[in-house]
Amino acid sequence: MSSVTLENIPVEEQQLTLNFGPQHPAAHGVLRMILDLDGEIVTRVDPHIGLLHRGTEKLIEHKTYLQALPYFDRLDYVAPMNQEHAWCLAIEKLLGLSVPARGQYIRVLYSEIGRILNHLLNVTTQAMDVGALTPPLWGFEAREKLMVFYERASGSRMHAAYFRTGGVHQDLPPGLIEDIYKFCETFPRLLDDIEGLLTENRIFKQRNVDIGVLNREQAEMWGMSGVMLRSTGVKWDLRRSQPYECYNDLDFKIPVGKNGDNYDRYIMRMEEMREATKIMQQCIQKMPSGPVVSQDNKITPPRRGEMKTSMEALIHHFKLYTEGYHVPAGESYAAVEAPKGEFGVYLVADGSNKPYRCKIRAPSFVHLQAMDYMGRGHMLADVSAVLGSLDIVFGEVDR
Amino acid sequence: MSDLAALAEQVSGASQGAVTDTKITVGELTLTVEASRILDVLAWLQGPGEFRILVDICGVDWPQRPKRFDVVYHLLSLTKNVRIRLKAQVGEGESIKSAIPVYPAANWFEREAFDMYGIAFDDHPDMRRILTDYGFSGYPLRKDFPLTGHVELRYDDELKRVVYQPVHLVQEFRDFDFMSPWEGAPHILPGDEKAAMAPNATSGDPGKKP
Repeated sequence: MSSVTLENIPVEEQQLTLNFGPQHPAAHGVLRMILDLDGEIVTRVDPHIGLLHRGTEKLIEHKTYLQALPYFDRLDYVAPMNQEHAWCLAIEKLLGLSVPARGQYIRVLYSEIGRILNHLLNVTTQAMDVGALTPPLWGFEAREKLMVFYERASGSRMHAAYFRTGGVHQDLPPGLIEDIYKFCETFPRLLDDIEGLLTENRIFKQRNVDIGVLNREQAEMWGMSGVMLRSTGVKWDLRRSQPYECYNDLDFKIPVGKNGDNYDRYIMRMEEMREATKIMQQCIQKMPSGPVVSQDNKITPPRRGEMKTSMEALIHHFKLYTEGYHVPAGESYAAVEAPKGEFGVYLVADGSNKPYRCKIRAPSFVHLQAMDYMGRGHMLADVSAVLGSLDIVFGEVDR
Repeated sequence: MSDLAALAEQVSGASQGAVTDTKITVGELTLTVEASRILDVLAWLQGPGEFRILVDICGVDWPQRPKRFDVVYHLLSLTKNVRIRLKAQVGEGESIKSAIPVYPAANWFEREAFDMYGIAFDDHPDMRRILTDYGFSGYPLRKDFPLTGHVELRYDDELKRVVYQPVHLVQEFRDFDFMSPWEGAPHILPGDEKAAMAPNATSGDPGKKP
């Protein structure tokens, strides 16, 4: 229909440069994109990022290892604990520290809560980008419940700062595990409801099927990971291929896509939430008793009660909360399968109590880079659908 | 671990002398590569080496060194399930070939390294700053760049716009020196030398306090 009118317009007037964001509701944060349009077809996408740049890496170089931890909550603030996890793993690798079994299970339990937090937000807001208003309302209600679990464990709904080198900060309070289990039993019903709204929805399918298609070579070329890579049929999940913590003892499946389009990624994220629920249930069933954090007193501070009665514990407490622990010189790269893809921390230590260099490898940064490649040739309206499906959060893109 | 050593030898052999150093620490393989030949090594790794995924490129600043920057590449092979790290040293004012012909994903990583450290990448099609503000000057992640930066932003009510001004801190950033040794002072305290001269230096006197 548009070709009839377009032919009457001189060619040079069909070229249009459009400023998308940084205040656009579908920009998922503070993304500014310069879109070159030919009529309604996108010919070039130039994302301008950095509007949320806070210099996290620079700040981390000036803090002790413990003080640097909360910055990781503020990267991908949709699934905060998954980021802390990578940081702790990188330090533990250099220290040669092992995590007690209960600590590992709690970490995995909360990483999977993070995965559900992330996918609930992403799936539902992507649906909102393409016109469905109800899913976010339902999804956010469940997210709130999950954040309460965060709060009960760490004292904070979002910026938990719960993981520690060698485990987690505190043991879970009584009753929390039972409540998480109850949530796991009812949660799949919510997923059914959301799928009932979206999966066979005509509008949703029209907006997502065969949009933002990638094949395996393209995904590898752009360094993708996580759902983006798996949607092209690659069986690659760090939880299975380079297992960390107790993932090897757990029984779960990795959904893999076929077509590499938005719709596949939606289906996969829904399925990953179901799998994450199963992992959480298994964690709860298998949760061993014992300490939640490594008992190496030169790394982990003593319990509060111990500190009040033991002189040595008091000294350890004072030293660890002022000077902090020293990490032997060296470098390590630790990656976790964060909900968005491979979240990695490249840590260079110089033997002091502060990191010499900490490079945060954020999956969103890599995926957003491919926006130009994926966006070209699509219609303007598809840009926000593709952007939503890339699953980006600006906390970690801009760092 | 022997897999990594074998891989290191394979890469060194294929690169014909471009790899100058091999290191395996904490289960990770690090190869130091001559900066001028980084593209050859990357091309081999991407092709026959099966390292199809570029995970990361970043800079590290070592101001005391003659060539002060490390450019660090992390690669991943999905087929071999192995990671590899390449390092190339670049001096200030020098440049290194862009990895974009081999790995298109290098684009933003190199822009970031340029933005943060001022490392120039040859033949990069779009060498703009990426994370810092429009019109920013300086390279924030260099060790000689102050944590507070040089300028701060403020909304000027008279001009009705945001203005830049030199940073003014009411209180300095408190950078404590916590590097006091954990195990006690390494140097000999005044008077300690007398301990060795005492007649029963080895046995000591339990009755007296030190």
